[in-house]
Amino acid sequence: MTDVTHDHASSTGISNVKLGMWAFLGSECLLFGGLISTYMLYRGRVTGGPRPSQIFDIPFTSVSSFILLMSSLTMVLAVSAAHKEDDRKINLWLTVTALLGATFVGGQVYEFTAFYKEGLGFSTSLFGSSFYTLTGFHGVHVTVGIIMLMSLVGILKRSKVPGKKAEVVEMIGLYWHFVDIVWIVIFTLVYLIPV
Amino acid sequence: MTTETAPSTHEKEHGMSDAGYIRIALILAAITALEVSTYYVDFGVLFLPALLIMMVVKFVMVVSYFMHLKFDNKVFSYLFYAGLALAVGVYIVFLSTFKFFLQ
Amino acid sequence: MAIIERPAPTVPAVVTPTSTYGVLKRPVSATGWRSWVFTVDHKKIGIMYGATAMFFFIVGGVEALLIRLQLAAPNGKVLNADLYNQMFTMHATTMVFLFVMPMAAAFANYFVPLQIGARDVAFPRLNAFSFWALLFGGIFLNLAWFLGGAADGGWFMYAPNSGPVFSPTNGVDFWALGLQITGIASLAGAINLIITVLNMRAPGMSLMKMPIFTWMITVVQFLLLFAVPVITVALFLLSFQRNFGARFFDVAAGADPLLWQHLFWIFGHPEVYILILPSFGIISEVLPVFSRKPLFGYPFVVFSGAAIGFVGWGVWAHHMFASGLGPVSVAVFSLTTMAIAVPTGVKIINWTLTMWGGKLWFTTAMKFAIGLIVLFTVGGLSGVTHSVAPSDTQQTDTYYIVAHFHYVLFGGAVLGIFSGFYYWWPKVFGKMLNEKLGSWNFWLMIIGLNLTFGPMHILGLQGQPRRMYRWTEARAGEGFFNLAFWNMIASIGSFILTTGILMFLINVWVTWRNPKKAPLDPWDARSLEWMTTNPPKEHNFDVIPTVHHLDEFFHRKYEEDATTHTMKQVATAEELMAEQERNADKHIHMPSPSYWPIVLAFALPIITFGIIYSYLISVVGGVIVLFAAYGWALESSTAPDSDFENNTPGTALAIHD
Repeated sequence: MTDVTHDHASSTGISNVKLGMWAFLGSECLLFGGLISTYMLYRGRVTGGPRPSQIFDIPFTSVSSFILLMSSLTMVLAVSAAHKEDDRKINLWLTVTALLGATFVGGQVYEFTAFYKEGLGFSTSLFGSSFYTLTGFHGVHVTVGIIMLMSLVGILKRSKVPGKKAEVVEMIGLYWHFVDIVWIVIFTLVYLIPV
Repeated sequence: MTTETAPSTHEKEHGMSDAGYIRIALILAAITALEVSTYYVDFGVLFLPALLIMMVVKFVMVVSYFMHLKFDNKVFSYLFYAGLALAVGVYIVFLSTFKFFLQ
Repeated sequence: MAIIERPAPTVPAVVTPTSTYGVLKRPVSATGWRSWVFTVDHKKIGIMYGATAMFFFIVGGVEALLIRLQLAAPNGKVLNADLYNQMFTMHATTMVFLFVMPMAAAFANYFVPLQIGARDVAFPRLNAFSFWALLFGGIFLNLAWFLGGAADGGWFMYAPNSGPVFSPTNGVDFWALGLQITGIASLAGAINLIITVLNMRAPGMSLMKMPIFTWMITVVQFLLLFAVPVITVALFLLSFQRNFGARFFDVAAGADPLLWQHLFWIFGHPEVYILILPSFGIISEVLPVFSRKPLFGYPFVVFSGAAIGFVGWGVWAHHMFASGLGPVSVAVFSLTTMAIAVPTGVKIINWTLTMWGGKLWFTTAMKFAIGLIVLFTVGGLSGVTHSVAPSDTQQTDTYYIVAHFHYVLFGGAVLGIFSGFYYWWPKVFGKMLNEKLGSWNFWLMIIGLNLTFGPMHILGLQGQPRRMYRWTEARAGEGFFNLAFWNMIASIGSFILTTGILMFLINVWVTWRNPKKAPLDPWDARSLEWMTTNPPKEHNFDVIPTVHHLDEFFHRKYEEDATTHTMKQVATAEELMAEQERNADKHIHMPSPSYWPIVLAFALPIITFGIIYSYLISVVGGVIVLFAAYGWALESSTAPDSDFENNTPGTALAIHD
């Protein structure tokens, strides 16, 4: 055991890293909560710009939401493969997850471009500012997730993971699922419930 | 100094098979389809509560099964749900002070 | 004797560290500046936190003196209105974010692992990162002074004053982005300490056997964990408005300026408990030791601390009674604010009853602790008057508020911190601070702070608004309530206060020069941090203690006599120490130093600098972040076994405990 001060001093028998990750996710709830509340407060304030219902493309966003949801499935399959130490499957599912995530981000880029062309800029209205801030923050989280997934794939190929491999996959998994559940909330509150 | 618990006990607690995960994903997909259908079909007074309930169900399913919170040590749940509950509580009060729910 | 091993080339290079991890070989120096800059030792990090906080305390203090000089006489000419605005904004920002919070982090870092019988924190590198992020964030915040002017909207930076129209310099940008960096530091530190407390306690130390200081620090870390993201949101909204043209606080676009006030105070009210609870923890350690009694009602002190932490989330809008919240909100927040006085009162009663009937020993640490009880109560009582909304409407934005929060923060938080200095100095530096100078330090501070902040109650009730850059003779009033008289008293008081703090700095210097070593257990203390050498060894404990009692160290020294029911000494600290050294663990592999924490932290101000001046600079910062993140991820926290010297005499048995 190289991580002497870590593993063996544990009072609860559970991993420090995992506890830390959950504490971080608990904290993130308040970050996204604040952004979502700001959006909810401002969604109807459009000052001459387009209203949400005028620009939202529900079928399109539904598809990209579905893709992100399914990336959670592929992520959990990667974690499951990691516990079985099936390296080939870990790589496969991590890559698929990253690709699905990238598709989602691509969809978001497309959506932003389309909205911008329809007259909703970042400075157009309070709706614009708060919409782009909220979904942008989420998009950045997804992007960070994709970078972590791809890095992990690369690092695993060179078998250089310090610590337990399954745990590293699991941690990135937790982060990824969190990003997904945030989108579950955003999809309903922002897109499906009209002003 | 060493605790009695073997270091790998928590890894045994992931009590779901891959097929189980796929089943969960199918349920999530079905709920999503139902959510999207509210855009096309008029649910009347049920619209808002139905959407919110489906949102919560999906949220809890991902957290419980995909994130293993249901099978894991309770400390994880306390940490996460403390943050979540605080966020929901504080921000609902926050929005109420703007009379958001009276609109 | 325990053998503390380091990756090999400490002094004699026997084995070189492997370069397989990341790009660079990891640092191994155990001496010189490198042993500080790349350290992950919680004790060294704690000392660096303390030194940084002390530096900013002096900076903030000078700012305060300039404010008091300006207000000493009518038509003050020391500062112009613009500079005055920057001065009070940065005074508050510095004292809150760069002095009290880091000083609490210093105590927490140093003593939490020692008090729970651990050898380090849960994430040693993250700990180093927290410190460097705080330092660089603090420097970044203050850079604004030299780049066009510091932030000038007051420490709570209400919209629309924070907008470009009313604050055209880059000051607010530096402020918002700098606090973002210190926020990252606080968040990382909070996660670290929470996991340390949850997971690294010595065997047998259940939560209800944890020293009370550790308990209060834990509550504070939870508050930070959940409050920091809220200010993060607020600061992002502000930065996006100023730097990217968002409309969040633009009333012309239909914005609600109260949005900022709510977000700020949702963070801001837990923040005031973040500031005070560490000091409550410190004096809850000091009072029992110098009263020769256990803490009265330990569970009540724990639960009232947790209750303060929880209820603290439901009182934020009492900062906004004058903003037109509507009767329902005002009534609700009035009631919750009155309620939160209850757990605070419980604590004060517990401290008083701890001293009741004790054999009091009036050391400087004890005097500061008692000072806290008295002066915090004064500030607490004026706080209760704010919870009464109609009364608060009168007091809002007057010097009465200034008086209140200086009594709770200076009379509370700062006195607690000084109590901690005198109590723990021998533990950290192995030497006792001079008690005589300590007495001067204490009395000058007490007199000074009462003269400074006491008259502000009168000034405020007479209607002197806070943040007014000068006052005129014509409107100063007459007789007892004459503003000129009380303003002069307050300004004189602030210089007496400064003399008191100078006494402390002189004391530090005198102690530094004094070769006399402190005894092992100078105060006959009760908790685990005293069950090791002064200063502690790098690995803290030769043997990780098994805990059976609250106040474990005390119970190892004393046992109850069955016939007389009095506590009888059965062992001295020296004997306990000798026993530990006889049974010392062998081959303790401590977490290894690392380059990455400081590199990663250094990238943060580069990114924020770029947001203000040129995005190209941000890109450079982003690349450094990526580089450091990879270096970090590819390096294990503790160097691999092969990097350690194993041929040290007497350690042939490779027991990796």
